[in-house]
Amino acid sequence: MSTTSMPDIVFAILFFFMVTTTMRSETLMVKVHIPTASEVQKLEKKSLVTYINIGPPMDVRLGTGTQMQLNDRFAQVSEIQDYIAQEKASMNEADQPLMTVSIKADEDTRMQYITDVKQALRQAYALKISYSARRGD
Amino acid sequence: MARTKRKVPPLNGSSMADISFLLLIFFLLVSNMDVDSGLARRLPAPPQTEEQTSVDVQRRNLFIVLVNSQNETMAANQHETEWYANEAELRGEVGGKVALKDRVKEFVLNTANSLDLPELEEQDFGAPIGVVPVTASHVVSIQNDATTSYKAYIAVQNEVVKAYNELREEGARKYFNTSYGELTEMQQKQIQDLYPQRISEAEPKNYGGQ
Repeated sequence: MSTTSMPDIVFAILFFFMVTTTMRSETLMVKVHIPTASEVQKLEKKSLVTYINIGPPMDVRLGTGTQMQLNDRFAQVSEIQDYIAQEKASMNEADQPLMTVSIKADEDTRMQYITDVKQALRQAYALKISYSARRGD
Repeated sequence: MARTKRKVPPLNGSSMADISFLLLIFFLLVSNMDVDSGLARRLPAPPQTEEQTSVDVQRRNLFIVLVNSQNETMAANQHETEWYANEAELRGEVGGKVALKDRVKEFVLNTANSLDLPELEEQDFGAPIGVVPVTASHVVSIQNDATTSYKAYIAVQNEVVKAYNELREEGARKYFNTSYGELTEMQQKQIQDLYPQRISEAEPKNYGGQ
């Protein structure tokens, strides 16, 4: 059996994966086990989505209290406005109103924290939000 | 200087497949195909003035869904009030209570034109829907406690969104004789106007806070 075409086939698959892959841009520093919901919608354009991760820290030495991760560091709720402004500035002007903030919060988070985050997002005029959830029943 | 033309030795390409396999496996492992998904919501704009701008809503137009710190849910409109102890009861699977989504649907439709449910208004939605009475000013207000768990809150949000999705599906079947997903963008817009998601992300009230 001739296997000379095998590298070509493998290369074709390789290119497919190279093109479709999106490298995990940030390392998660908080444990996020997102809740399940049945009515979820997909977030279409990845470039329009900004992520906020909320959950207990991965590093157990930092305790079990709820922390928020923006980009690659822990942050306070009061820093959200600056973060949103910065993310908005890095976008196309036409895309700015379409910006969506995806709140990836651990399912055991207290609502007080989420509410604070929501209020901060309102103040920052990031009004399109998405509660990140896994599809399931 | 006379140069003798040297013959280029042929390159052995048999290891190419191995190398590309290695690369392939690397990309297979690092790629994550999962697209982020979630429940999309729109927050109200921040209040412009110092004093809180609150909108007055008639009692009959308001459906309060309150999730408390024990993750129990109270669903109250002027018509009736119901308590759900857990998520399964919320979905109507156990306990024999009417599921939250069916209550929301009943509230949004108000087919019987009950005085305790939102007022009906005639509105024109264009062909083929035409002029139909809808509860244009109803509001589903989801409220929570300071110590409510996020999971319970999302479960309630999900049930309310499900109610609207089912209404839209029924509307699509009724007026366009097909499922909502197969409608054109224009038709979907019509159905969305017919059943707009009027879910209020309430101003936080500090129930049970410090």
